[in-house]
Amino acid sequence: MTRTLDLSRPLMVAVVALLVVMIVLPMGWLVVYAFSDKAGNPTLANFVTLFTDPDFVDPLVTTLIIAFSTSAACCAIAAPLGWLVARTDMPLRRTFRVLVMASLVTPPFVGAIAWEMLAAPNSGLLNQVWRILTGAPPDEALFDIYTLPGLIFVIACYTFPYVFILVANALDRMPGELEDASSMLGAGTWATARRITIPLALPTLAAGALIAFLQALNIFGSPAILAIPAGFNTLTTKIWSLFAFPPKPELAAASALPLLVLTVALLRAQSLVLGKRGYAVLGGKYGAPRVVRLGGLRLPATALAIFILSLPLFLPYAALLNTAFSPVSSQFVTPETFTLRNVFFTFRELSSTLPAMENTFILATLSATIGAVLSLLIAYVVARQAIRGWRVLDFLATAPLAIPGIVLGVGLFLAYTRPPLTLYGTLWILLIAFVTIELPAAYQQVRSAFHSVHPELEEAGRMLGATRLRTLWDITGPLLRASAIATWCFVFVGVIRELSAAVILFTSETKVVAVLIFDLKESGDVGAIAVLSLTIVVITTVVITVANGLRVGRDSVRLRAVT
Amino acid sequence: MRRRSLLKTAALLPVLAPLGARVVSAMPAAEAMTPALIEAAKKEGKVSYYTAMDLSVAEPMARAFEAKFPGIKVAVERSGAERVFNRIAQEMASKIARADVVNSSDAAHFIAWKREGWLAPYVPQDVAQDVPAEMVDPDGLYYNQRTHLSAIAYNTKLVAPADAPKGFMDLLDPKYSGKMVKGHPGYSGTIMTATQQLSRELGWSYFEKLSKQKVLQVQSATEPPKRIEAGERAIAVDGSDYLFWMAKERGSPIEVVFAVEGTPQISNPMGVFKTAPNPNAARLMVSWIMSAEGQKFIVDLSGQYPANKRVKQKAGRPALSSIKLLREEPAVVVEKADQIKAQYAKYFKV
Repeated sequence: MTRTLDLSRPLMVAVVALLVVMIVLPMGWLVVYAFSDKAGNPTLANFVTLFTDPDFVDPLVTTLIIAFSTSAACCAIAAPLGWLVARTDMPLRRTFRVLVMASLVTPPFVGAIAWEMLAAPNSGLLNQVWRILTGAPPDEALFDIYTLPGLIFVIACYTFPYVFILVANALDRMPGELEDASSMLGAGTWATARRITIPLALPTLAAGALIAFLQALNIFGSPAILAIPAGFNTLTTKIWSLFAFPPKPELAAASALPLLVLTVALLRAQSLVLGKRGYAVLGGKYGAPRVVRLGGLRLPATALAIFILSLPLFLPYAALLNTAFSPVSSQFVTPETFTLRNVFFTFRELSSTLPAMENTFILATLSATIGAVLSLLIAYVVARQAIRGWRVLDFLATAPLAIPGIVLGVGLFLAYTRPPLTLYGTLWILLIAFVTIELPAAYQQVRSAFHSVHPELEEAGRMLGATRLRTLWDITGPLLRASAIATWCFVFVGVIRELSAAVILFTSETKVVAVLIFDLKESGDVGAIAVLSLTIVVITTVVITVANGLRVGRDSVRLRAVT
Repeated sequence: MRRRSLLKTAALLPVLAPLGARVVSAMPAAEAMTPALIEAAKKEGKVSYYTAMDLSVAEPMARAFEAKFPGIKVAVERSGAERVFNRIAQEMASKIARADVVNSSDAAHFIAWKREGWLAPYVPQDVAQDVPAEMVDPDGLYYNQRTHLSAIAYNTKLVAPADAPKGFMDLLDPKYSGKMVKGHPGYSGTIMTATQQLSRELGWSYFEKLSKQKVLQVQSATEPPKRIEAGERAIAVDGSDYLFWMAKERGSPIEVVFAVEGTPQISNPMGVFKTAPNPNAARLMVSWIMSAEGQKFIVDLSGQYPANKRVKQKAGRPALSSIKLLREEPAVVVEKADQIKAQYAKYFKV
């Protein structure tokens, strides 16, 4: 079919150019630096250091241990909880589902700080309660968060929701017929679960395991909070420390490459092994999934779900609230000790609070808007194969998935601290970082929505003489509204949570709340951290609620995890 | 790269004037807080203050300055001095001029910045008149704002005074294993300065042994005081003394120990950057902080030791002359900072 030239083509060229600026340039500089010495001559010395110096080998090994353990832990938590919520008559299951998603609003580093308040060996509130209950001596602790298992636990707390959402959504969409057939053939509930439900859910679980692995591999915030007191480094904290004076960007780039390569390899392996098979049952219309009656197990199941949710949600927020209104973080707030001192300090004395909030919400709003529009454009082009080279767009929009935040931060730093585009020191560089980091998730979400809009509607518009952009605006856009708003919210939340790239790219005037919290952590000002964290979480929740109110239709928000 | 140019400069100028020595003095004429300066500062309307001073002192001080000179907003950029140093190096390398007034708990930083030529000569009248000459750079590029100490301290609820350590070597006693918290020289200027002094006095073997005592490693020297106040650990190996005292004065069970081996002394120089985007507000702020009024504000709130002779130290705090102090050597720190960080990381793993 011949297509008349309209505005869409230059726009597409602009999109490709933008993606190059966002992804290709930073990654190019990263590779160049990794293979250069200080004077800029080609060398492999950085990699020799990386794989022989214990200062680098130890963090590498630690990081792998963390990634494997987190992945296993997330599956162990998410699979039963996902099944309970999706396939049983457990009371409050809808509430649980919403709450697990809500826990994603918590930035992981805030969760790590909250868990310090709970489980620091001596001052931790849980340990204090334990000592009161058991009469154990002051030195004994039930939990010690400053350990490798402690760190793995905290990372898993804020990673398992991704696996949970995948599993729960897959179980929702699994055809009931197969299970019906199984029970008609005489298999009991548990036999059906074992023979039908679990095998069908396994590919999704494998995908979830991979996401958890990648998240844990590339996370910066929680290790930065907990690993220094615990006395070890992960690869991401090591990369960050290489930016200390005198900066060693060559080594940082070299250390970033294994993360990049490993991430790409795993994603590639996933698509090779699972391919489309994992979702073979997800097409078409099937009967509603069967609901398993828990009977006498209803209460224990609810208790289990409440317990699991207390880990990322109830306990940490209780600790943050306690610290926010307490003179010393390790004291339980009582009517006598209740104080507004931290609130006063944060909003009346701390000079970074308001500028950082302003930067954060400007960046979150802009990134969410740009991210949603960009994903709509790309998804449209790819779904309709509207221009030649649409595959390149598809690739570029998915590629950032393979770039850990801190690696992107290093790449952007190397690319944009030099002419012609000296963006370092401006909000632009942070905007690029945030849009790039969030693009794959946003894109995947919109892309799947596009499959539900039939091209005939657009063809009708085009036949009636509308340009491609006009059709997109008048026909496709409104049909995708719900999905676009969900995507917007997803990116918004993602930006609020983001620390790893921001911590490399900020300057004093472009500080975001995440970096401010990170700075406050360095000086141990946990009272202000608690107030700030609660404030941004409340604002984020309000923004998302309002945005969701704008949606037409009744379909619920799906903060879909990336696959 | 920034470091290379630093090293090159160092090679060209092997003999540099240590803090206080009079070589070829280029001291600029002292300047008063004239109405013209105040007017020009108000026109700029803002000033950024990079510091490592604890926020509980730095922010109220900034608010006091704002109250004194309405219309000028102070942005306090606080982080550990070593991170302030990184941040400034990174910003300057990218030609981002953001810093107006800079204040560090690692005096060596000012030697490095002076070599780079980043500091603007400016001597407030109060500095010329009332600050001891050994606290003032001979070229008038920087001067000590205040002095504090890196002290040992403990939580009296967790350690009985009779069981408390008397000095650094006591901390190596197995009975304190797992009970201590300490700052990090890679983040904190106070700890960097103290680490150089202690490694000189006690040898690196002290740190090697200390690292086997299961010490909780935090970053800034402002955190150990908060950790022992919260009861997370019983003893702070180091930390900014004024925060221990402030905690004690508000009723927390904290006791300060001046080690028998001597207590590291930390001066906190301050200066104005040449590239300051708000040069007048910067000069005004420096002048006010060094004036009797500014110094008294710091002393009254925190009890740090003033640089201005006209201001007395806070009542109830021990006189500096009564404490056995260790000698500061910023000229050594500026050459050895990387080595010190690397050596420290070898023992403490982070």
